[in-house]
This record gives sequence, C-alpha cells and structure tokens, in this order.
Amino acid sequence: MAEGDRLTGSPTEVRGVPDFVGRPGPSAYHRLNPLTKATSATVTAIAAVAIGGLVGPIVLVTLAVIGPALAAGVLGRLVRTALLLALPIAISAFLVNLFFFPGAEQVLLRIGPITATAEGLGFALEILVRILAISGAVTLFYLTTRPADLTVDLERRGVSPRVAFVANASVQTVPAMVERAGQITAAQRARGLDTEGSVWRRVRGVVPIVGPVILGAIAEVEERTMALEARGFTRPGRRTLLWAPPDSSAQALFRWALLLGLVALIAARIAGWPS
Amino acid sequence: MAVLTISLAGVGYRYAGATGPALLDVDLELAEGEVLGLVGASEAGKTTLCLVVSGLAPRTVGGQIRGRITLDGEDVDAWPMHRLSQRIGTGFQNPATQLSQVTSSVFEEVAFGPMNLALPRDEVVARTWTALESLRIDDLADRDPQRLSGGQQQLVALAGLLAMRPGHLVLDEPTAQLDPAGTRLVGDAIERLAADGASILVAEQKTDLLAAICSRVAVIDAGRVALVGPAADVLADPRLADFGVTEPSPVRLGRAAESAGIADARLTEALARG
Repeated sequence: MAEGDRLTGSPTEVRGVPDFVGRPGPSAYHRLNPLTKATSATVTAIAAVAIGGLVGPIVLVTLAVIGPALAAGVLGRLVRTALLLALPIAISAFLVNLFFFPGAEQVLLRIGPITATAEGLGFALEILVRILAISGAVTLFYLTTRPADLTVDLERRGVSPRVAFVANASVQTVPAMVERAGQITAAQRARGLDTEGSVWRRVRGVVPIVGPVILGAIAEVEERTMALEARGFTRPGRRTLLWAPPDSSAQALFRWALLLGLVALIAARIAGWPS
Repeated sequence: MAVLTISLAGVGYRYAGATGPALLDVDLELAEGEVLGLVGASEAGKTTLCLVVSGLAPRTVGGQIRGRITLDGEDVDAWPMHRLSQRIGTGFQNPATQLSQVTSSVFEEVAFGPMNLALPRDEVVARTWTALESLRIDDLADRDPQRLSGGQQQLVALAGLLAMRPGHLVLDEPTAQLDPAGTRLVGDAIERLAADGASILVAEQKTDLLAAICSRVAVIDAGRVALVGPAADVLADPRLADFGVTEPSPVRLGRAAESAGIADARLTEALARG
C-alpha cells in the first residue's frame, strides 16, 4: 500500500477492462489501424496535387476515397461533409480560374468585361477535383476514426501523452464549442436577439454570440488545467494504456508502400513526367 | 497507521498581480475521517483556500504563498503537483470542466488519473471499478460522460479523484450547479467517503448540506478564518449573517418560531434533528 493510501478497497468482483473500451469499428475499414488511415489520407491528399491532369486525381479519389467510403458505409455522410468543407473555397477557385486565367485565348462566354475561357475551364476543373480530393480524404479519415483511437495509437508508438492529448482535445473542442454556441444563441434569442431574416441581420446576430463563446472557452481553460493537474496529468513519462488499436505487419508494409509511392510520384513530377 | 491530517499554520496567499492578499494568517487543521465545511460570502476566499490546501496555488495558478502547510506531518512546499494529487484530490464547481473531454466512456474517464500515474494495468482497472462502485455509478461505466446530467458528471468527476486513492479531498462547491437530487447524491457520497476514513474539506454556500454532513465548519471572511468550531454551533451563530452566510433552514425556522412565541420543546427537538 502506498503512503497515505486510503479508500483501498477492492471491487466486489474481479472485472477486467470492459469490452466497450476500444470497441472495434463497424466495418473492416473502420478497424484499420488509425496510422494506416492517416497515412492513406495524407498520401491521397498530396498525390492528388502531385498527379497531373484531370483523369489521375479522379481515379485516385475513386480508389482511395469513394471505394473505401462505400465499403465503410459512410459514402453519403462523406459527400455531404466533404462538400460542406470544400465548396466555399472550391467555388471561389473555380470562378477565379474560369474568368481570369492568364494567357487564355478560347472564349466560351463573355459577361460584360470578363470572359470565361476554355483554358480557364480546364484548369478550374483540375483545381476543383484536387480540392474535393483533399477534402474527401480528410473527411474519410475523420468519419472512420475516433480521435481517442489515434491518440492512443500515437502514445503507444512513443508520442508524448501531452502532445497526444492536445491533438485529441483540439478535435473534441470543435463540437463542444458548436454546442456552447447553440446554447448561447438560444439564450440570446430569449432576450430578443434576432438571428433570422436577411443575411445582414444574421451577421449582426452572430456578433453578440461570438464573444461569449470565445470568452467562455478561455475562462474554462484555467479550470480544465487545474482539473488535469489534480489528476496527475503533469507527471513526466508515459501513461498506462488500457488498450491499443491492433496493427499488423501487412498494414505496416502498406503504409511504407504508400509513402514510397508518393516519393516516387513527386520525384517523377520533378523530373518532368508529362501530365 | 498515523492519523492523516492537513495542517495550515499562518498561511497567507496573494494572487499574481494582485494588490492585496487573498488569504491572511489562516490556521486550520483537518483530521482523519473528518468533513470540515467552509462557508463565507462570495469573494471571501473559499476557492482560494481550497486552491492553497490542494497545492494548485501557487503551483498552477501562480502567486505567492507564505506560512506552513503540512500533510501528515510532512512539509509539502517542494512537492510537485503530480505527487500532491496522489494525496489530495481536488474537485471544482463546474462538473463539465473536470472531464478530460478525450474519453468516450465513464470508465475511461475515471481511469484517466490512474493511467497518468503509470500504474500497472490491472491496478488501474481495479481502482476504476472500486471508485465507480464506491459512488454507486458502476452502471454508468459505458455511458458518454459528455451526455450525463450535471449531478452524474459531478459523481464521475469525484470517482475520478477517488481512483487516485487520495487520503484527503478538497471540494470547492461541488453542488453549485446541481439540483436538489444531484446535491443529495453528492452529499451522500461525501458522507460515505468520510466513513471510509477520508478527510474532506468542502466549501459550500448550501449550509443545509453542511449541517447534514460536516462535523466542523469554518467561516471565512475577507481572507481570514473568522469562526471555526462544531457545525451545530457555528451554523447557529447569530453572527453568520454579518459574514454573508445564510443559516441552515432548521436554524431559521427555529428563530422564526421563537420570535413568534412558538418555542415548543418538540418543535425545537424536531428542528435540531433536521
């Protein structure tokens, strides 16, 4: 018994780690090691940019994003989420290149002083496909990987628990802030705030919400820090892990193959591989 | 086994950048199996005293401290926070901020502390189940901690502290955001823990709760301990209102009955029983 140890006790029956801890995902893709899925997402995103032309990225997205998403049963959510993430920037990039591509000569459409060109359209489509590929790859990873799974896997591989915690907590903060914003919005509406109507009124309605959301999150930081300290979080060294996502030599080989393939692709592009 | 105590002698504390001290010449002692209540008006220094006793002030929040704090007779000035946290568990008002937000089940949330201590896995698991069972929340083990009620979250936070196996607990207004049912859950849990031998400092505005669970109560006013003594005596002291503290309901009812001339012995006895 350690010094000052109290409340020793023992559980009323011998129980191990419950089976809901580290529960495996619903599909084979979900059950892949998080590092494998992270590597796949990263390589897909970079390769989509490195591969020239239009056909290459489309084939890549089909094989590396759409196919796995279908197998994992998340295709519908992936399309909605990826579009939500990518559309604002995708639309902007598409329009800028369509109408303002330098040196273009084949005019497709003229609207006042600006013209849509064939060369601009071709480049805009290539940009669009790449943006959607990156968005799709990242979204597939997010939809099929629990943040805790990734951080446990990273800790198991030697990453500092503090770094792993920050990575996990950063991801988890977003839904927490969205929920807080919803609560503050409801409270402000009850006090007469108008959050509907024209775009200008909606923008004005956001202003009194942003402050409390951010200030509330900042005010909580000190409390959370103290609570973590009180639970030994600052103890140096590694932590005990209750479980770890399974891995295999086949997956390790696959990860290396992806990385080497990416290096080869980039080298070929630098060497002037035709698009 | 030595009697476990926390002892404060002449303790003063000033927050970083503050013009004046938040605590002045505090002398206080906590004995094994004792629940010591702490009351006072807002900004009187309850939270500060909790932070100082737990060691979070000045280690985490900064500031300057003077005086002597001993834990089971040992001076703890040089102890790092992770060592102190194994001896003194600290709970705060807001149950949501005490959750790590990186776990998907109550079991993993409660196991978070022992995992940080790098204990053997079997030990982590055993402590977690013991902590859950001691607060009778083992049926919540598979629930998402973010989706629990405030009272349940506060019990999960308390279980997380118990899994560290501290000899002492410092609880800063643990029922502040709880409804009466949640308050009863936490109050019952505190009584059971004290019966198991833990010494507990609990700061509260709810004097009814303190009257039910505390053996002694200290009143803090402007950073000083103004009154300390048996709970029944302190909570019936006529000076409580001067310190911004509301007396417990039985005391208020007793005084109202007395001023109305209804000083019946049976009523007095019933109010004393609570």
